[in-house]
This record gives sequence, structure tokens and C-alpha cells, in this order.
Amino acid sequence: MADNFSSIVLAAILGGALRFLLLRSDYRQYPTYPHGYVSHLALGFIAAALGAVALPALLEQEYVAVTFLSLAAQQFRDIRSMERETLTKLDARELVPRGEHYIEGIARTFEARNYLVMGCTLIISATDLWLLRECSPWLRGCGLLLTALLLYMAVRNVMEGKRVEHLATIRPGKIIFKGANVFVDDIHFMNLGLDEAKAEFLKKGMGVVLEPKDIDASATLANIGQRQAIAHICAKLLGIYKDVDTPEFTPLVRRDVKTGRLGLLIIPATRDWDALLDAVKRVPVLEGSISRPSRSKAGRKRGDYEHQSQ
Amino acid sequence: MSTSLNKVVLATIVLPHSKDLVLSGGAGPVFVAANKEEQQRLALYMSRITEGVVHDLENGVLVVVKH
Repeated sequence: MADNFSSIVLAAILGGALRFLLLRSDYRQYPTYPHGYVSHLALGFIAAALGAVALPALLEQEYVAVTFLSLAAQQFRDIRSMERETLTKLDARELVPRGEHYIEGIARTFEARNYLVMGCTLIISATDLWLLRECSPWLRGCGLLLTALLLYMAVRNVMEGKRVEHLATIRPGKIIFKGANVFVDDIHFMNLGLDEAKAEFLKKGMGVVLEPKDIDASATLANIGQRQAIAHICAKLLGIYKDVDTPEFTPLVRRDVKTGRLGLLIIPATRDWDALLDAVKRVPVLEGSISRPSRSKAGRKRGDYEHQSQ
Repeated sequence: MSTSLNKVVLATIVLPHSKDLVLSGGAGPVFVAANKEEQQRLALYMSRITEGVVHDLENGVLVVVKH
């Protein structure tokens, strides 16, 4: 029993550390303050403890303990709604909102990371119980650390989703005015009546064209949530030349209905082409927007995709 | 929770020669500007006040719409 106890403690600590490593704070803004970290780390440690207890409990033939795992799953499902609620409330006060699609993706990831930690701790605890328990404490510690590190790298690589650069060729576009209408190359954006706003767009505006690489990419990029995510991330990374009373400077992503190409029109705070193109490339493809019409016969005959090579 | 009128014309600013193009009815006031400069200025003020975007119908009529 004492042996199991040390195994549980070791696996739980390593699992908790794994949750800490998976908790990254960047331009996504949340969590940043210690309270945000504490709530996620606490749940992460609980997940790790559950994963660590499962195998020793089975070995001791304590089957009731294993059923507690299902109770935990219910607990973690609440994380998703908690995240969704918090982020939706914050989103209402963003100059360029994330959009519901993006929030749903983030909330889902937060929930899934706890299951991941639980699974990883299970593997760590299995490695400890079957391979390392008889080894010297030093070797045991190093072995477990190495397992945790390998799991971390695997999780990071496997869980990494696609990015917009995988779906589309991204290139700078030219901002043109035809009368009051603003275009990036030949993609229409909006009608602008103020001469002052037109001058700002011509002087400081930047246009990007995204050419989808296939039918599926075209269908995925057409999703409004996906387009909002592109606008949000570009605005977040490059800064935005806009306030509440200048809605005409809101970054827009519009679609050319004939070819499925997307255009992005933005006035960033920093006028840096490399940074803007890089920002668009790094936008995650949202799970909810992925669609694969090419898998069906009818989908392959869609007319809204017409690849135009440069 | 705030309420606002979106996708509705909140104000119309016309030049004297195009004021007959706007009939009565619909939403928002119609302002007649003396010249193009004044029209632009009124449109700018109205867009800042209403947090709307100014659109040009290209016949001397500017409308302010909140999106």
C-alpha cells in the first residue's frame, strides 16, 4: 500500500506539472491573472490525482474507486461552460470580438486538456507500476520525468490543429476605391461615404488575399466564425486603428463568391507586412468551421471554387 | 446589455440638388447640407454620434447606418 502511495503521489505531481505546461498565456489574454491560473491548475491537479489513483485502485481490487472517474468527467464538462461564459462576457467589450466559434473552440480545448492530463497521468502511473517501481529512487524519478516529458511533447504535437496557411495561399493585396466602394484587388468590401475615411484607408490600410488551396479549404474559409477569428487575431497581434465611434475601421474579411477567395482589409497600428502575413498564417482553423464537401460526389461539383494560380 | 438600431438608416445627409431624391417616411432625420464640405462634416458628426458608418449612394445622398 505504501508503495502505491508513493506511485500515486509521483504520478499526480507529474500530471499536475503537465497541466501547468499546457497552460499557456499569450495574446489570447486568458488566463493572465493568478486567480485564472489557480482555478485551472486546481482542476488540473484533481484530474492528475484521479488518473494517478485509477491503476493502483484497480490493483487493490477497489473497483468503486474507478467509478469515481465518471463523476470527474461530469465535473470537467462544467469547465467548458465556465470558459464559454467568461469569454463570451469579455468578448462583448472587445473592439474586434473573437466570435462565438472561436470561443467554443477555446472552451473545448480547456475541457479536453483535463482529460489529456488524466490520460497522461494514467500512462505515467502505469510506467511507474510496471517498469520502474523496483528501480532505485534516482532512476525511478528520472524515468518518470522522461515519460512525462515525452508525453508533453506528444500531446503538444498531436493536439496542434491546422492553421490557415495549410488551407490557403496568402499574399498582399492592393486597396482600390471605385467611387465610394473599397476593394482589395477585386474583392468588394463596403461602401464608404466619408472622404476622410477613404484617405485613411489609402494611406494606412493593408489588404491581404487568401486563395484557398482546394474545395474543402474554400468551404472551411467561407465560415463566418472562421473569418471573424482571422480579423480578431490580426487586430490583436498588430494592434488596431479604431475606437467605438469609428466603426468604419473595423477589420473585415470578405469572400469573393465566384472564386471562394477571401480578402482581409485592416488598418493596423503597426504597418508591417511580414507581421500581418505571419499573423494570418498562424490563425488556427476552428474545429467548428471545418467542412469537407470533396468527400461527396455532389460536393466535388461545387461552382464556388475556382483556383487561380498566380 | 445595450440596445441599438442596427442595419437601419439613422440619418440621411443630402446636397440641395438631391434633396428631392429623398421622400418622406423611413427612419432618421434628413439633413440638407449647403455644399459638399458641409455634407462631409455633417456626415462625420452623425457617424461619430451614432457610432455608425457613412455610406455614399453616389447621387449626392449620404446615409449613416450602424452595423
